[in-house]
Amino acid sequence: MRAILTVIGKDKVGIIASVSGVLAKLNINIMDINQTILQEYFTMIMLVDCSNMSSSFEQIKTELKKVSEDIGMDIRIQREEIFDSMHKI
Amino acid sequence: MINQGEILSTIKMIESENLDVRTITMGLSLRDCVDTDAKKSCEKIISKITSYAKNLVKTGEDIEAEYGIPIVNKRISVTPISLIAESSDIKNYVCFAKALDKAAKEVGVDFLGGFSALVEKGFSRGDKILLDSIPEALAETDVVCSSVNVAGTKEGINMDAVKLMGQIIKKTASLTKNHGGIGCAKLVVFSNAVPDNPFMAGAFHGIGEGECVINVGVSGPGVVRSAIKGLKGLPFDQISETIKKTAFKITRVGQLVAKEASERLNASFGIVDLSLAPTPAVGDSVARILEEMGLSTCGTHGTTAALALLNDAVKKGGVMASSHVGGLSGAFIPVSEDEGMIAAVKKGSLSLDKLEAMTCVCSVGLDMIAVPGHTPAETISAIIADEAAIGMINSKTTAVRIIPVPGKDVGDTVEFGGLLGTAPIMPYNKESSVDFINRGGKIPAPIQALKN
Repeated sequence: MRAILTVIGKDKVGIIASVSGVLAKLNINIMDINQTILQEYFTMIMLVDCSNMSSSFEQIKTELKKVSEDIGMDIRIQREEIFDSMHKI
Repeated sequence: MINQGEILSTIKMIESENLDVRTITMGLSLRDCVDTDAKKSCEKIISKITSYAKNLVKTGEDIEAEYGIPIVNKRISVTPISLIAESSDIKNYVCFAKALDKAAKEVGVDFLGGFSALVEKGFSRGDKILLDSIPEALAETDVVCSSVNVAGTKEGINMDAVKLMGQIIKKTASLTKNHGGIGCAKLVVFSNAVPDNPFMAGAFHGIGEGECVINVGVSGPGVVRSAIKGLKGLPFDQISETIKKTAFKITRVGQLVAKEASERLNASFGIVDLSLAPTPAVGDSVARILEEMGLSTCGTHGTTAALALLNDAVKKGGVMASSHVGGLSGAFIPVSEDEGMIAAVKKGSLSLDKLEAMTCVCSVGLDMIAVPGHTPAETISAIIADEAAIGMINSKTTAVRIIPVPGKDVGDTVEFGGLLGTAPIMPYNKESSVDFINRGGKIPAPIQALKN
C-alpha cells in the first residue's frame, strides 16, 4: 500500500528529521519527496510505501499525531488512491 | 508522483470545503426472515442484521482513517417491512420497528430505513397494518425510518393512501409532540420511490435488489460553491463546465469508498448516489451555490433555473465517475438541513410554493418542511398529492417530508438537532382542500406510462 504524507505549517529546523525518524521506526519507506516554501509556509509532500510497515495504519496516524503536536505542524497521511481517483481518468 | 497542486486541492476540499462521503448504506434483504410467528420473524431480523452489519461501522471508520475522507453516516436499509410482516397474523407491526431499532443500535448505525410499504396501486393486508402502525412505531423507536410510496408514473396516484398519509403525519407529530414532532422527520411519502436510495429517511432495500448491497451517497455543496466562486460575471456555460468537473472529482471519491467498502464487507457494490446533500453547517449549503450564481437570496426569481443547471451539471459530471449510478441522484433541498435555505425562509424569500416549483427540476421534493401544528390533515394530504403529481408526470422521484409542529405557528422555529437542523415554521395556503381529498380513489396513470 502506498500513501501520501503531507506536512504543512510554519517553516522551522528539523521537520524532515522528525517525520522521517518516525517513518523509519515504523519501517515505512520514503519513495519520493517534494517540498516548497510558500510565504513562510512549509509544504512537504512525501510518497511512502507502507507495504512492509510494522504497525497498523491507525497506529501510524497516532504516531504522526504526536509528531504533529511536537513540531506544531499539520501532518496527514492518506492512501494514494484517493488522489489518483480524483485527478486521473 | 501526482502533482503537488492536485494533492493540496484534495486536502483543501476535505479540510475547508466540507467534502465528505455522506453515507455508506448497507441494503439488506429480509425476505428470508418471514415467519407466521411475528416473534420468530423479529428474532430472525435481529439476528440477520447483527450478523451482516456487525462490521459496517468499523469498516466505515477504517476507510475514513486510511483515505482521510470523512464518512459521516453508516446506515442500513431493509426490505419494506410490510412484505416481511404480513405473513404473521398480528394486527400491529410496532414490534417489528422495535426489533429493527434494537438491531440498528447493536451494530451502531445512526439510522435504519425500511419500515415501509409500497401502496401506489393499492393496499395489501400487511400494507394497511403497517401504515396504521407508523405513528406509534416512530414514536417508540429512535433510529428507524419509515417511507410509503403512494404514486408512480406507471401506476398513477393512490389518493386513498394520500388521504391516509395526511392523518398519519398528524398523528406521528402528535405522538412526538414533546420533541417538536420529530417522528415526522423520519417519515417520507414518495412518488416513484427508488429501490437503491442510500439516503434517509427514505431508504429501503427494493425487492429486486440482491442479498446484501453497499450503496454510497456523496456530498460536497461546499466544494461546488467554492469552485464557482471565482467565476463572477461569467456566462452559464462556464458555470456548468466547472460544476461538471467538480462533481466528477466528488463522485470518484464516492466510487472509491463504495468499491472498498463492498469488498471489505463481502457485499455487492450497488450504486453511487450523485446527490448534493447539504448539512446545517455553514459552507455546506445548496442554497448558497444558487446564490453564488448571482441570486441575492435563494427563493427569488431565477432560483428554479439555477437549480436546474446545478442538478443537470452534477449528473453529467458524476455519471462518468462511477460504474453504477443510481439512488436519487440530484440536488437535495431540505429546508431545515441547509443553512442557506433556513436563512432564505427567515428572510421571507423562500416560500412553500417556490420550493414546490424547485422540486420539478431536482430530485427530492418538499423535504424537512415545518408547518404550523394546526395545519389540517387534508391540507398535508393535498401537499402530498401535488408533489406526487409532479413526480408522476415528470417520471421522477418526488417526496414529502413535512412536520406539522405541535404548538408552533408561523414565526416560530423548531430545533431538531444534529443533521436534521433547525426549521422555521412556514405558512401554508389556508383555503380548504377537504372536499378534494375526501373523494378518495385513484388518479389514473398518465399517458407517459404507455411506453410499450
